[in-house]
Amino acid sequence: MARTEVAVRVSIGDREGLLGGLMMAPALVYIAALVGLPFCLAIALSLTSATIGNPSIHHFVGLANFTSVLHDAAFPFALRNSVIVTVATLIVTLVLATIESELLAHDFRGKWFWQILIILPWAMPVSLAAVNWLWLLDSEFSPVDWILHQIHLLGPGTIWGPANHLYYYGREWLGLGSIVAINVWRLLPLATIIVLAGRTSIPRDIFEQAQVDGAGILRVLFRITVPALLPILVVAAMFTALLVFGDMTVVAITTRGGPGYATQLLPYWAYLKGIEGGELSEGAAVALFMFPILLAVAFLALRMAYRAESR
Amino acid sequence: MKWLRRTGFWGGLALFAIFSIFPAAWMVISSFKQDQDLYNVAVDPFKYNLPPTLKNITLLFTGTHYPVFLWNSFYIGVIVVVITLLLAVPAAYSLSRLVGRWGERSGMAIFLVYLIPPTLLFIPLYQVVSFLKTADTVWSLVLVYPTITVPFCTWLLLGFFKSMPRELEEAALIDGYSRWQTFLRVALPLSLPGIATCVVFAFALSLSDYIYAAVFVSSTASRTVSAGVPTELIRGDIYYWQSLMAAAAIVAIPLAVAYGLLFDRLVKGFQSEPAGGA
Amino acid sequence: MATLELRGIKKHYGSIHAVDGVDLAIAEGEFLAILGPSGCGKSTTMRMIAGLEIPSAGEVLIGGQPVTHLPPRARNVSMVFQSYALYPHMSVAENIAFPLKARHVPHAEREAKVKWAAGLLGIEPLLKRRPARLSGGEKQKVALARALVRDPTLFIFDEPLSSLDAQVRALARSELRQLHDRTRITTVYVTHDQVEALSMGDRIAVMQSGRIRQIGTPQQLYSHPADTFVAAFIGTPPMNLLERDGRMLGFRPEFLRPVPPTTPGEGALRLNLRIVEMEFLGADWLVHGQLETGARPQRLLAKTQPDVAIKLRVDERYDFAVERAHLRYFDRATGLRVDDGPH
Repeated sequence: MARTEVAVRVSIGDREGLLGGLMMAPALVYIAALVGLPFCLAIALSLTSATIGNPSIHHFVGLANFTSVLHDAAFPFALRNSVIVTVATLIVTLVLATIESELLAHDFRGKWFWQILIILPWAMPVSLAAVNWLWLLDSEFSPVDWILHQIHLLGPGTIWGPANHLYYYGREWLGLGSIVAINVWRLLPLATIIVLAGRTSIPRDIFEQAQVDGAGILRVLFRITVPALLPILVVAAMFTALLVFGDMTVVAITTRGGPGYATQLLPYWAYLKGIEGGELSEGAAVALFMFPILLAVAFLALRMAYRAESR
Repeated sequence: MKWLRRTGFWGGLALFAIFSIFPAAWMVISSFKQDQDLYNVAVDPFKYNLPPTLKNITLLFTGTHYPVFLWNSFYIGVIVVVITLLLAVPAAYSLSRLVGRWGERSGMAIFLVYLIPPTLLFIPLYQVVSFLKTADTVWSLVLVYPTITVPFCTWLLLGFFKSMPRELEEAALIDGYSRWQTFLRVALPLSLPGIATCVVFAFALSLSDYIYAAVFVSSTASRTVSAGVPTELIRGDIYYWQSLMAAAAIVAIPLAVAYGLLFDRLVKGFQSEPAGGA
Repeated sequence: MATLELRGIKKHYGSIHAVDGVDLAIAEGEFLAILGPSGCGKSTTMRMIAGLEIPSAGEVLIGGQPVTHLPPRARNVSMVFQSYALYPHMSVAENIAFPLKARHVPHAEREAKVKWAAGLLGIEPLLKRRPARLSGGEKQKVALARALVRDPTLFIFDEPLSSLDAQVRALARSELRQLHDRTRITTVYVTHDQVEALSMGDRIAVMQSGRIRQIGTPQQLYSHPADTFVAAFIGTPPMNLLERDGRMLGFRPEFLRPVPPTTPGEGALRLNLRIVEMEFLGADWLVHGQLETGARPQRLLAKTQPDVAIKLRVDERYDFAVERAHLRYFDRATGLRVDDGPH
């Protein structure tokens, strides 16, 4: 067979560096335009006096918006609540996720069915989940109250009585607790998945060795599993914290920040000020208060992850 | 001893399942209850003390804008999926193959985009959207939703491409294709499972957003399910709870099934993360 | 004109010099094995020949044409990967046709060539199957057919036998060599297995730490290694190395013979060894002898015929000798070979 001579023109398709740039460009440009630019715009807004009626950013007011936010009566509540809700959700979620991932790390028959059940809270759109819980903890018709009543924890002459109902969304701490409960409920599946990802990459030999050495379940859990899981727990914590801290939907639909501003959260307050109140600049200022905390969370998480990894 | 372990296992599993399902189960039960049954505090709420009815579901579909919401959510979802794939697939491939060491490690870096959450961006984006004259239309959402879907899908696909053996593409290069042709003929067909996963998640993410949907769109005819259900199914101070619950359940259950079937895929996605010790 | 030429090829990754100055020329139709331990730079060199990596310095010429910065598809090179790299979403026939499709070969001609390549390797019945349903040996044949089908200027093999079972490997070795003899395509064969290299190569290039230590025929490498690394790497068991009079002495185990029955000639090396172990190898014995004179005890290997070995006992001392002609001398510091001849 004759040797075929090949004449090949080198095209862009061969230039890997250039091709790589071109293939990444659309996504980068899009993100820069619709995330980067608006972020800068948010900063610009917070330094001017723009409203929905007059949205121009030409009137520079320096840090006036920030000071007025700091002096607002609602601010300490919004900040405190954002932190409390995030931390409480974090702790409960991580503990539950570790246990749940322990269960799901094994293979068993019909696992797919349980996986559907367990992932439902995360699969459900947040607003619909909030509506669901709004009804679930309704001040008159809550089935939870009915159950509490049946087991004599609610009602006249009981610990949590004498009322027959708990006003979940109308009290400060009950409201915050409900918000934490909803967030734990909807984020547990995600946290579990993340922890599972880390758990299944722990080599089996370690567990088998522990079995041979005669370690009980709890000892294995605390001495082996948890330390090995530390890096992935940090990742799970970071995701959970970001999702809780930045969420306004749950409050918007359940407590609306009330009573007064007792259950106010930073993002929802930003929405109330900026959109419903029309004060775009003040809203932007409130929203920007979130950013340093978000950055700190991410930074802490990444640092802990690297430290845990290098151990 | 083993017996104890077993009951512990199944007991624990059942507890978690009940915790997850309880609100949703209540949601489904309520959907079919008659008013007199539902609003009766004296009876067992988990039973149908009066026979279940389809009345509320019919009302949902004939007497409210719910079908409009569903339709809006659907076609917004489809368009957003297409845009997401067009942006995320090439970006993920580029990161996994074409831009060297730091490209491969950028898995975590992609999530830094999520450090700037919608609750920070929605105010300036509201201005952008108004400026582009798309306020109060579905196009505002189509424009903005990829900011949520693209980072996630890029990350998912990055893991996918990284787990594909390089040798297959190198063989194609040697066989006579350029890098671009190799991407089209070898990498793309083999990544269809990953792309399918992206389609599901991009669709679900665009369906689930509340903030942008509530802020950018106010006219009922253009609302999505996520924003429309909590706001429009309330007449004055009266909540049509059964219809509300049905509205939520109709969306939640298929999503739960879809996510549930992709459960293992998600776990795997988080396993190719460089940070996290996995 | 050489089919393949490498001039001063280097590849750096930051401060790591994976390939540190390689010069090579392969004649048309030659079968060259690149042999070395893992990390020696043979894979990187191979990838630069194929075009999968660009050298940091130096030139690659194929058929006299400089191709150093050209993509793989411009080089008319075929490669068989360690994992065979068969496209899982295509049938065997489509796999084999793939390179022809890339060159826009018309349909009829494509079919004919696929049939020819499949026939050459005896895999016609497999044409419609998917790679997932092939055995290891069958996959290798498909990979070969795909590489052959477009009549390349150069063939590159990347450790193609390492994923096969030991028994199949010997058979595959001879089949590959026969294939080469039939098609006479210039071949570069990268391996870490010196048995493969010795049995298959017309010439062998031994690499270590990014450099070529020696290129030569198998016999040259075996009998006249250029340094102690090659001496110890080639041959099973490796060459004995002994420090004497400020130099390293090398000799192959089969030349270390007991005295009697052999009678050493003039200038032979005489050693008194205590037998510490005797390994039965089937056709002969591998006798482990300990030399107890000198700074520290050292173990030497002697390959001995059964009729001689039967007279040896473990823990006894015997005289051994190596004829002068079989002695090789190496510099003690650099390991490089120095001229033959006693001090």
